[in-house]
Amino acid sequence: MAVATGKSFASRFGVHIAVLIFVAIWTVPTLGILVSSLRDKNQIIASGWWNSFSSSSQTEAGRLPPASAQVEKDGKFVLAGNIFGDGAARNISAFGVKSAAPTQYPAGTTADLGDGVTLQVNADGTFVMSSPKAFEGDRGQRVYYASSAPPKFTTDNYKTVLFSEGIGRSFINSLTVTIPATVIPILIAAFAAYALAWMRFPGRALLIAVIIGLLVVPLQMSLIPLLKIYNGVGIFFGVPSKTYLGIWLAHTGFGLPFAIYLLRSYIAGLPREIMESARIDGASDFEIFVKIVLPLSFPVLASFAIFQFLWVWNDLLVAMVFLGTEGDQIVLTAKLNALLGSRGGDWEILTTSAFVTIIVPLIVFFSLQRYFVRGLLAGSVKGG
Amino acid sequence: MAAQILSAIFVIIIGVGGCVAYFWGANKLVDLIFPSRGVTGTAAIDNLRRQGLVRPWLFVGPAMIILTVYLIYPVVATLWLSFLNRDGTSFVGLANYQWAFGDREFRNSILNNIIWLAVVPAACTFLGLIIAVLTDKIWWGTIAKSLIFLPLAISFVGASVIWKFIYEYRGEGQVQIGLLNAIIQYFGGEPQVWISLPFWNNFFLMIILIWIQTGFAMVILSSALRGIPEETLEAAVIDGANPFQIFWKIMVPQIWGTIAVVWTTITILVLKVFDIVLTMTNGQWNSQVLANLMFDWMFRGGGDFGRGATIAIIIMIAVIPIMVWNIRQANKETGGH
Repeated sequence: MAVATGKSFASRFGVHIAVLIFVAIWTVPTLGILVSSLRDKNQIIASGWWNSFSSSSQTEAGRLPPASAQVEKDGKFVLAGNIFGDGAARNISAFGVKSAAPTQYPAGTTADLGDGVTLQVNADGTFVMSSPKAFEGDRGQRVYYASSAPPKFTTDNYKTVLFSEGIGRSFINSLTVTIPATVIPILIAAFAAYALAWMRFPGRALLIAVIIGLLVVPLQMSLIPLLKIYNGVGIFFGVPSKTYLGIWLAHTGFGLPFAIYLLRSYIAGLPREIMESARIDGASDFEIFVKIVLPLSFPVLASFAIFQFLWVWNDLLVAMVFLGTEGDQIVLTAKLNALLGSRGGDWEILTTSAFVTIIVPLIVFFSLQRYFVRGLLAGSVKGG
Repeated sequence: MAAQILSAIFVIIIGVGGCVAYFWGANKLVDLIFPSRGVTGTAAIDNLRRQGLVRPWLFVGPAMIILTVYLIYPVVATLWLSFLNRDGTSFVGLANYQWAFGDREFRNSILNNIIWLAVVPAACTFLGLIIAVLTDKIWWGTIAKSLIFLPLAISFVGASVIWKFIYEYRGEGQVQIGLLNAIIQYFGGEPQVWISLPFWNNFFLMIILIWIQTGFAMVILSSALRGIPEETLEAAVIDGANPFQIFWKIMVPQIWGTIAVVWTTITILVLKVFDIVLTMTNGQWNSQVLANLMFDWMFRGGGDFGRGATIAIIIMIAVIPIMVWNIRQANKETGGH
């Protein structure tokens, strides 16, 4: 592939641009939720995340206090105060009293509203409204203003989702599900793969064919009968039907065909001489497996471990069927799905929760990418 | 939270420890029952032979039991359940299948699944191939590939949130905070509620899966491209082939087998796609697919296992050709040894 198919400067430049565009499409979406998760929640809805480094400007509406707050001064009735109430660090550039012209008057000027009524709104939000007649009514004057707020980044969203939205709890649940659901199939598959590769017993070829067939059986085929079994076991023994043990075994079952397939093809490729000389030295199959095969198979074990870890961590279907959609046990993906329903438009919650759920896979992925790619190639290029 | 972490660690140790204990204990037991050391002569040989008969089953036993309980039995049971009524108490023959093909939602799902199958594997393979070829030519190709590969590590639910944020629509007069609508607005277009647009919403959901899976296709195809002998490419260049001819007439035919593998792998994934539809639309606005419809029927109104099983069988039928092809390929491979 060292052959440069297009040698001209223009075509090489074109390749760089094209790849750059692809990279942008594949990274910008993720960047969007990362940036948003760190923004102030009011700013998320006030401006697009790509504008998060510039002051966000928005047109808002507020209401002045009702007539009861007025004071009489020099024969005039006056309402005064701050439109923001709390005096937040925002800057008003213009204001108005009609929705059709929300920025009619620049900040700091005095607007004449007719009948001798005047209104002045300053940049910091303070206002003075005065009238020769007493104000009436329970509802104050509606005021529109354009304000801008400096960019504000915060980790508050993370505190909120981790400790009050239940994401922290689900994070630990996810680990509780994922770690055993990764280790157990490795152990079981490694023993089976060794037997299928190096031990002689009747039915071996058939077993291998069955495993290859099972590789592609859709999960959906298993769900209903297993759900019935789990419910039956739960009722029969008087135990809950949605348990961690149940989901570990389910993930083990669904991961096993690929695990055995991947491990067997690797273990079968180990040099025969090593096995035979160990056998001559009197080592049993168990000893050969533990002392020789396992250490030599480390790369493929690592590959499968990463696959299974990512698959279990990211799984939603198995988790929803075998652990349920609510309660204390649910994992991150199910929790995120629940939040999508209950906190639909609260993007500060959703983006932050989403980032918490993807951070672990991303770390695993980046630190162990080499093994992951090797496993992908071994798993799909060979038998497929 | 500390208590939760402690109990999690405890549960993990029990689970993993139990598994280790089985293999270690079972092998110890075989050594005890049929001792090969400390006995001499024919007894030792007999015991070794017996060990050789028993031990393979100790090794494959747990795997066989789990595969039987979790995959083989359920396949048969699901087939049987598809001929029964909603709670499995009476035999209804083909009534569930009749229902399925008359049901509007089911037909919509089938149609959508066909569109997904036509678009997603093709798009992933094509984009993956293009990116693999392009990144091979530049010095920062490895970094570019890592970044494009990255979504593969993201869950479908996470990816759905990411893209829902991109498709976000806000009413007239409000600032568009969804990237897509902001771009449309910037160029003078009209912002849309993308995920409820009839028919086209399917494509907005497919984009998510394409975004995730292109990296997979890219990595596999990239390694296959590296396997093309350099002489072949050089000869083509000398013969005056242009880059497009080299791509279509030399590279693509050489890696045809790998393309088929990538295509079928993504095809199976597409048949099972569930999370994206559930989280984005839950099948509303005519975006239903079979896997989500099946999940829906499993729990709808207390669950209709007959109809759920029927939908699972339909998915399975679509997978069978690929399964047969795989087994034949594998047999060819082991037959060659």
